[in-house]
Amino acid sequence: MTTPVAPRADVELDDDDVHELSAEATRDPSAPGLWIYLLAGTVFGIVLTKGEAISWFRIQEMFRFQGFHMFGIFATALPTAIVGVQLLKRRWRRTLGGQAIAIPPKHLGSGVRYAVGGTIFGLGWALTGACPGPLFALLGSGATTMAVAIASAMLGTWTYGRLRHRLPH
Amino acid sequence: MPDILLRPWPWYVAGPLIGLFAPLLLWLGNRLFGVSSNLRHLCSAIAPRGIPYLTYDWRREGGWNLAFVAGIVVGGLLAGLVFANPEPVAVAASTRASLASLGIHELTGLVPRELFAWSSLTTVRGWIVIVGGGFLVGFGTAYAGGCTSGHGISGVANLETPSFIALGGFFAGGLLGTFVLLPLVLGLR
Repeated sequence: MTTPVAPRADVELDDDDVHELSAEATRDPSAPGLWIYLLAGTVFGIVLTKGEAISWFRIQEMFRFQGFHMFGIFATALPTAIVGVQLLKRRWRRTLGGQAIAIPPKHLGSGVRYAVGGTIFGLGWALTGACPGPLFALLGSGATTMAVAIASAMLGTWTYGRLRHRLPH
Repeated sequence: MPDILLRPWPWYVAGPLIGLFAPLLLWLGNRLFGVSSNLRHLCSAIAPRGIPYLTYDWRREGGWNLAFVAGIVVGGLLAGLVFANPEPVAVAASTRASLASLGIHELTGLVPRELFAWSSLTTVRGWIVIVGGGFLVGFGTAYAGGCTSGHGISGVANLETPSFIALGGFFAGGLLGTFVLLPLVLGLR
């Protein structure tokens, strides 16, 4: 076990910070190298793109309840993820490298950050037709103005970091 | 080019495959599947500026995830450019009609050219959609602590209450964006 992430100055939110990142603190020295994540990301990008989950039009179809495609994706992705993660947690319990499976719990707090932050993100999702994964897949597919959207998203994240101590969580 | 490589995949193929990434990354090395953290890692790498939220060892915390997101770009290039679907996306006729009434007629490719061409950045509506929309995505996911993958898939797979709340927020915002904000913005030049 390596040392945990460096302590932060904002004590009140420090706990949350560490929790969001603490899976990384339990790094396994025998874990596979970065190339495996590059490969996994490539497959994920192909699935997102060929599944049209990065299509601005499909996102509009979903929010307008005019087609089943995106709902079908969520309705099959979620049970797959739930069964996989729960099996891994309860039955298999080990990573490829033999480490114990550890998922840091998310802190509910007042819940405001999830409701408000989620709604703000949803607004952006409807406009750009893309959540963060698709932003990057779209960039690769040749929608080059997504580089501007990504830069702006980074500025959004930076602004949140800057205002964080003043926002309700 | 063989047609099978170009054709889009049905939801029942793409959905389960997407769902597999949460357990897969957990199994590979206790990694939590979630793309929006990369926006934070990139900010931390470029301009932490003494902000506590952005001051951490981004290489160690996010190296794997940045590699994953680089892969997403490559995957998008392969599936969306090299093996791009030449047909317009097969959305419902009602969606085509709704979009036409908003002035969006070209349904080829993955995004409407009318909105996402570089020339669109010289228009108010293009600016709001690309720059404004991107900002809301980055701010909102950071505030909510995750996006469609981190909350919608990972968090829900771990049966976390915050992620169910976030998912409700995503959809509420999406509806507001689709039925209120987008028609207003698309009316601008």
